[in-house]
Amino acid sequence: MIDPAPAPAPTPAPRRSPMLQLALARFRGFYREPSAIFWSYGFPILLTIALGIAFRARPPDPVRVAVVAGPQAEAVRAALAAGEGVLAEVLDADAAARALRSGQAAVVVRPGSPPGYALDPTRPESRLARAVVDELLQRAAGRRDAFAATVAVTAEPGARYVDFLVPGLLGMNIMSSGMWGVGWVVVEDRQKKLLKRLAATPMRRGEYLAAFLFMRLAFLVAEAPVLVGFGMLAFGVPLRGHVVDLAALCVLGALAFAGLGLLVGSRARNSQTVAGLINLVMMPMFVLSGVFFSARNFPAAMQPLVRALPLTALNDGLRAVMNDGTSLLALWPQVLVLVAVAAASFALALRWFRWS
Amino acid sequence: MSELAIRCEGLVKRYSPEVLAVDGLDLEVRRGECFGLLGPNGAGKTTTVEILEGILTPTAGRIEVLGLRWAEHAATLRARIGITLQETRLPERLTVEEILGLFRSFYAAGRTVEAVLALVGLEEKRGAWYDKLSGGQKQRLAVGCALVSEPELLFLDEPTTGLDPQSRRQLWDVVAEMKRQGRTVLLTTHYMDEAERLCDRVAIVDHGKVIAQGTPRELVARVVGQEVVEFEAPGDGVAEPELRALAGIEGVRRSGAGWALTVSRLHVAIPALLAHLDRRGLAPTALATHRASLEDVFVVLTGRRLRD
Repeated sequence: MIDPAPAPAPTPAPRRSPMLQLALARFRGFYREPSAIFWSYGFPILLTIALGIAFRARPPDPVRVAVVAGPQAEAVRAALAAGEGVLAEVLDADAAARALRSGQAAVVVRPGSPPGYALDPTRPESRLARAVVDELLQRAAGRRDAFAATVAVTAEPGARYVDFLVPGLLGMNIMSSGMWGVGWVVVEDRQKKLLKRLAATPMRRGEYLAAFLFMRLAFLVAEAPVLVGFGMLAFGVPLRGHVVDLAALCVLGALAFAGLGLLVGSRARNSQTVAGLINLVMMPMFVLSGVFFSARNFPAAMQPLVRALPLTALNDGLRAVMNDGTSLLALWPQVLVLVAVAAASFALALRWFRWS
Repeated sequence: MSELAIRCEGLVKRYSPEVLAVDGLDLEVRRGECFGLLGPNGAGKTTTVEILEGILTPTAGRIEVLGLRWAEHAATLRARIGITLQETRLPERLTVEEILGLFRSFYAAGRTVEAVLALVGLEEKRGAWYDKLSGGQKQRLAVGCALVSEPELLFLDEPTTGLDPQSRRQLWDVVAEMKRQGRTVLLTTHYMDEAERLCDRVAIVDHGKVIAQGTPRELVARVVGQEVVEFEAPGDGVAEPELRALAGIEGVRRSGAGWALTVSRLHVAIPALLAHLDRRGLAPTALATHRASLEDVFVVLTGRRLRD
């Protein structure tokens, strides 16, 4: 395609780089479209908030005990209330029975010597309450412990659901903005015959495609820190690995999904077709790649398939870096999957790409 | 340097075994002229133009554009021609100025965005988003995108179809300016008044072939004659051989419910016609004359109207 150009005429205005112009056109098209901004930034944050609230770490529920009114009731209540996390209440016999039925109380204590317990053993909190109550009353009656065990608290950041969720949402976001932001937009340009028009100019075709990558990477600089930063500030999600490793994984993921988007959009002539294709590619990964729950839940026979999906590789990598502090070198299988998907999809997309 | 801007011999484009869009088309467009490709929808105009623009590859035929061939000089040719496609939608959320800047960046040399804005009369719309423009403004912008490079050869495919009169005149000015600078324009249109006004020469295309070629005046005189007389008579009690035998009448054809006669000397033909009708005891219910036009040329050559 390259041949000696004729002597160029004097240029009246400084020429601006076509790459820059193409990338600028992409940026402007994006930020002038409010819904695109919502889906890229607002939606993942709202999802994080909603799921973070639903699965937030709560303090342990108190043990609720009803004490049947009587001469020794107050002494029993005081003995129980001395225990940590126990709520004891003196009620008359009918009210105590009602409280047990309705779940207001997990166990009913009838003072006496010996005292009596009423409970439903199929309710786990009732069995727990019985053990707690029995221990407190036995100790109050003079029993001595044989030993005092040491206890280590393990509810630390990195093991909670929200810590699992935020890297998964980041991976999902990188996937969908790559697929839609490249695949859909390319097909729209083709449907508008804009591709055909551009291909009839001296524009280098590679520059048109490179502008998409440029744009994806630039948007990533905004997308990933917003989501990770929000998770860290609002939920104390950890970032144990190196931030450079995290950034490198995000870039690899963005390239892999931009490539897949380009591949999916390389031939489709209208946007309905490409929307179907994008969903066809993304849906299995939403389910299989461990966005909302661990991909290890799938049977062993499916694991090779699940592991080969680029979103699984990205999510596993992001979780390992953020929650476990794993270095990128140790994540070479995930990196390999992402690089292979990016290289193969770009190569095929460039071969099949239809300009008109 | 070749005197021809476009030379095209035996051009064939077959989309599939059944669909033959262009069937051995020959064309010569001289440098500095405005050349019109006329024909009904489906005649093969757009296919021909897109082959000349290097967008489609022909099935057979020999083509030179600005003395060069697409197979060897695609990049040079793209830099030297300007095109508007029949329908292109530009990016909705970019402004007029941004779109022109984008297209300008693809060319090593050319006009400033400012100069193009003036040329297509969109200075006041420079900051407007594309999707806020009227149809005529959008079309003018599309032409503007073709002008950023100061092309030697400009292709306009149906540039004024469906446009408001102001936008149409604006585009006519663009063509006039191109010609004034000695540049070449190839346009397709089905507005005959437009072709007669803008084009130095035209080719009439039907079923993928050129069926007539020449200056509009030449074609009209050669194919039709100078004037056309149209009339209707009650009961249609007139026969074609009788009309042909009348003095001053050169051609006879049906036109709707009546007849269209082509004549060179109106003052001879009209009295003869009226006398003939009078002898038959017929009074014409409608009688009109107009200067023969390309529209008449087309009807005479193909038996169809251009915009059927």
